[in-house]
Amino acid sequence: MRGNLKKLSVLATRIAVLAIAAGVFSGLLGPEPAKALVEIDITQGNIEPLPIALPPFSAEGGDSRLASDMTAVIAANLRRSGLFNPLDPASYIQKNMSVNSTPRFGDWRTISAQALVTGTVIQQPDGRLRAEFRLWDVFAADQMLGQQFYTTPENWRRLAHIISDAIYERLTGEKGYFDTRIVFVDETGPKDKRVKRLAIMDQDGANIRYLTRGDDLVLTPRFSPTSQEITYMSYGGTDPSVYLLNIETGQREIVGNFPGMTFAPRFSPDGQSVVMSLQQGGNANIFKMDLRSRQTTRLTNTAAIDTSPSFSPDGRRIVFESDRGGTQQLYVMGANGGGAERISFGPGRYSTPVWSPRGDLIAFTKQHQGRFMIGVMRPDGKGERILTEGYHNEGPAWSPNGRVLVFFRDTPGANGGPQVWTVDLTGYNELRLETPAFASDPSWSPLID
Amino acid sequence: MLMKQNAIHGARWIAVCFAVLFAAACAQTKPDGLSSNVTPGTGQDFVVNVGDRVFFEEDQSVLNAQGQATLANQAKWLNRYSQYTITVEGHADERGTRQYNIALGARRAQAARDYLVGQGVSASRIRTISYGKERPVAVCNDNSCWSQNRRAVTVLNNATN
Repeated sequence: MRGNLKKLSVLATRIAVLAIAAGVFSGLLGPEPAKALVEIDITQGNIEPLPIALPPFSAEGGDSRLASDMTAVIAANLRRSGLFNPLDPASYIQKNMSVNSTPRFGDWRTISAQALVTGTVIQQPDGRLRAEFRLWDVFAADQMLGQQFYTTPENWRRLAHIISDAIYERLTGEKGYFDTRIVFVDETGPKDKRVKRLAIMDQDGANIRYLTRGDDLVLTPRFSPTSQEITYMSYGGTDPSVYLLNIETGQREIVGNFPGMTFAPRFSPDGQSVVMSLQQGGNANIFKMDLRSRQTTRLTNTAAIDTSPSFSPDGRRIVFESDRGGTQQLYVMGANGGGAERISFGPGRYSTPVWSPRGDLIAFTKQHQGRFMIGVMRPDGKGERILTEGYHNEGPAWSPNGRVLVFFRDTPGANGGPQVWTVDLTGYNELRLETPAFASDPSWSPLID
Repeated sequence: MLMKQNAIHGARWIAVCFAVLFAAACAQTKPDGLSSNVTPGTGQDFVVNVGDRVFFEEDQSVLNAQGQATLANQAKWLNRYSQYTITVEGHADERGTRQYNIALGARRAQAARDYLVGQGVSASRIRTISYGKERPVAVCNDNSCWSQNRRAVTVLNNATN
């Protein structure tokens, strides 16, 4: 098993990033121009996506298919974000763009492009790829960004994601989330005999790899915020328990030596501890384990079901769900336990809270009158907003920049099953993320470095 | 051999059907009498003549009168055939969230376990486990299925049949 898992290891090759010196192109562009005209304020709801032109990167005699595939990946990323509208290449007036010449901005204004990306991908004599791109503000006739990268050819998709992140960050002022992965539970077979495997894919659904074989029931994988590790629940041992899995080495270990079933794990923001529930008779309480000292700490002690703990990004508080008041509701307590205060008060049951990496919101599942919703509220419980609702929506997880939620949506009946969806914080841009089979419990990685 | 089954009321009969995984036969055949060719003290005897599962209301882990009666019969049988250890498996229906349902299934298994212990079954013979909503036996999209999935099932660990 370990041998197989090693083959599933993630891309470890570092990609060299070199910002292109402004001076190199000063002859083309003249002096540093005024402030850019093109920017996106992504805090607004239902904004008009920014028209952006992405002519295929030039290959300059090399692999033009690779160059156009890279451009397509970048365009798909930007489109899925809901913030950009990549324009139809058929409408482009200027053809055969070179990364080293100034665009004919008038041609791009004519088709209403506000931003333009030009680029090139060339295979070097040593086999590596050299990619270069420029982001242009069409109306200001100005280069906003220029970067150059070297990497091995098999990293071409990552390179496309890194370029996508650079464009997103330059135009929105927020970190991107395209050079990331999503771990989830792959589900195959009939509903009463489901086989569940841990799987990992790029955030756009590419490069699926399976991390377990399906022999054991596995649930709720969650990424470490600081390492290539996930924590999850597996039925492989005597008692169902929380495990750690290194996705690069395949090394697996049980978390703690608890007398009974442990479940619902999640890392602390520093990656040094895991919080989880321990089942004790009819009650579930929350414990924390320090991964270095192996010390465990009890955080709750109630005759209730306390589960789904999630740290605030500063590590000082934990949100969790408890039915201590009769039905599932959300509570916030200190990171060492104690002082739990209920924050959810709307009609229905609230569960699976997850603190945004920005700290400003808590996402949750809400059940009311037979419907399952995904929503967000502030950490004080105010400002509740439902982003999507239907027969069954469950288990939100945040993109690393706190702008997008990934969750699963189940469909009813014998042939129904869960699929992974994303929705942004405005609630408007709801998209299915294609997976080879049914899929549940998605969890987003941090930005890969 | 499965055509003849204990003459008991509906819910437990359904339970037996799913337990023995011959749903088609069950669906077409009314139980009409005590099973005569099941060997007493076997796993089959336990499933067919005692009943291996009890059911719960939505989001509840309280045993109803029927569940208590089933568990009392289980205890009587287990006290007679003391060679068996058991695992009580708790389950939930699909109309809840995954993590909560794991704990809810555990709570149901615990309720059944506690009842068996109260009826004299040694706690050292009993292990509990919860599968949450991950192991449904009925897959339709209404309460007729969900009510079968909200269950605690007593499994003989070392049955030979």
